Amino acid sequence: MSTAVNQVSAEVTVTKEKMLQMYRRMQMIRQFEEQVNELYTRALMPGLAHLYIGEEAVAVGICEALNIDDYITSTHRGHGHCVAKGASPDRMFAELLGKEAGYCKGKGGSMHIADPATGNLGANAIVAGSAGIATGAAFSAKHAGKKQVAVCFFGEGALGQGVVYEVMNLAALWKLPVIYVCENNLYTEYTHVSETLAGDLLQRGTAFGVPSEAVDGQDVIAVHAVAKRMIERARAGQGPSFLVCNTYRYTGHHVGDINREYYRSKQEEQEWKTSRDPIKLFTSWLTGQGQASATELSEIENEVAAEMKAAVEFAIASPYPAIDKVAQDVYA
Amino acid sequence: MPENATRELTFAQAVNEALAEEMRRDKRVCILGEDVAEAGTPFKVLSGLVQEFGVERVIDTPISEPGFTGVGVGAAMTGMRPVIDIMFGDFLTLTMDQMVNQAAKVHYMSGGKWKVPMVLRTTLGASRRSAAQHSQSLHAWFSHVPGLKVVMPSTPYDAKGLLKSAIRDENPVVFFEDKMMYKLKGPVPVEEYTIPFGVADVKREGEDITLVATSSMVQVALEAADLLETVGISAEVIDPRTMWPLDEKALIDSAKKTSRVIVIDEGYERYGVTAEIASVIAEGAFFDLEAPVKRMGAMHVPIPFSPPLEDVTVPTGPGLFAAAKKLCGKN
Repeated sequence: MSTAVNQVSAEVTVTKEKMLQMYRRMQMIRQFEEQVNELYTRALMPGLAHLYIGEEAVAVGICEALNIDDYITSTHRGHGHCVAKGASPDRMFAELLGKEAGYCKGKGGSMHIADPATGNLGANAIVAGSAGIATGAAFSAKHAGKKQVAVCFFGEGALGQGVVYEVMNLAALWKLPVIYVCENNLYTEYTHVSETLAGDLLQRGTAFGVPSEAVDGQDVIAVHAVAKRMIERARAGQGPSFLVCNTYRYTGHHVGDINREYYRSKQEEQEWKTSRDPIKLFTSWLTGQGQASATELSEIENEVAAEMKAAVEFAIASPYPAIDKVAQDVYA
Repeated sequence: MPENATRELTFAQAVNEALAEEMRRDKRVCILGEDVAEAGTPFKVLSGLVQEFGVERVIDTPISEPGFTGVGVGAAMTGMRPVIDIMFGDFLTLTMDQMVNQAAKVHYMSGGKWKVPMVLRTTLGASRRSAAQHSQSLHAWFSHVPGLKVVMPSTPYDAKGLLKSAIRDENPVVFFEDKMMYKLKGPVPVEEYTIPFGVADVKREGEDITLVATSSMVQVALEAADLLETVGISAEVIDPRTMWPLDEKALIDSAKKTSRVIVIDEGYERYGVTAEIASVIAEGAFFDLEAPVKRMGAMHVPIPFSPPLEDVTVPTGPGLFAAAKKLCGKN
């Protein structure tokens, strides 16, 4: 993992507007998660949260290749996917604080944000728990003759779950428009991938005849380019793909996982943060290529900071749900 | 119902007819399961459906219960009305994450934004000499989970009307069919009808004792009621028909009327639905009861293969007759 890739892909087919949008979304995810950590350390947030910092290029690169009515399923480490698909930070923070104004009226919390308006079928706290749901959404799209696709995000830990292979088999048999995106951030909770996964990751897809590729998950343009290809393929009725995004989780498994030396070194973390940071890499590429000026980018960064500050204030000021809501929504 | 408007159908035909009618009515209804298409399932319950609706809607799956049940959940969330076929109720164990953590939770966990209008049809019941992994009655597990509805028809009439309601329901519904009952015949109207959930049905009226019976045990209770009549005991047989929602009032009212109750169900007696129903009745009819509510269910053993062993694990008509007589103070 020490092979430094200091610049993002040269495979550029996106407009400047799209690039700045990607930069903004990456900033939003980074700053959203920093605020989450702050809310946790200030004891303002009930429970825990699993931060997406370091992996921003994956969610953004892929979701920027999707339409609003395309589907995604997300994971316990799902804030990034939700933001990337277009969720509003204010209602996300409200959900994280268990407030009525949250996306799930406070009933879901950090690990279950769902939003039909942006095609978000929901974050799922069972590892690989949404593999069936995403595949089912693709089944619906195909059945209804719609051109929607579904993206199923999961971590490399989910490759230990049999249901992933069951639905890949089904999706390949039935040529379903679904892209299985494995975010390999190297750690299944507190255990290195070398202890959890045997064999070759990509061959897990190719065994089913599913086109499978790996990409540098720190390179948003590279992720976007391969995602676009796979999404177009799915939309054209050619079936599922499997994408492994090699990335890194900067922080602990959750916000309370502070002392991590027993499973990985500070030096390893520092290396990724210094030379493999997706936002830094994208920033230097954008400025180096003359796509954006440092001033433009720092303006975006500041706008996002103001948006996050207001979103947190909104969530803190929002009321909790009334107690009598507890038994509401058990059944439709 | 007028006599000329009914005919005799088997339980299997009633299930088949409900599916066919709903698939004609609503193009979103599709069936996914193992050997559901040309084979029409090992029980031949789905025979003919693939010929009418095609392989796009009657879909053979690989042997992947978690996979295709999960696909059903996602498909239901995004506009389809899938009917998932789990061949043997024992295989429900493989679907538990999809049903309990996904299907049952989606609506609540999303604050009511996503819903899962899906039916999972499966079987229950012992006495087919099929041993421990093809004979269980696991409906109690699903009845325990908020977010799921659990349906247990005991006649062809109920099977058709309840299955049509299940397919139209906006929630995940687990629909249990007794394998031994597929050939049972009964009157089914020609006219379309549905049966609402949460409404118990009195299968036989009586005055001296209430036999609350579910699914396969309704026939057992009716047999016992005939035997009880010969010794001058008038038994009422009431079938809740749905485990959840549960028609508590009808059960309590019957208990108040007769003052004695036996609850009989083919699931395991320990921690089973008989315990829940007995508790509902004990709380609701306490001052009208002449005796403690008695429960009868499957023995607390894995279902054995050997016929003489298997036969003692499940309640029978004569066994229920003896227990009821005793509860009524007659030996």
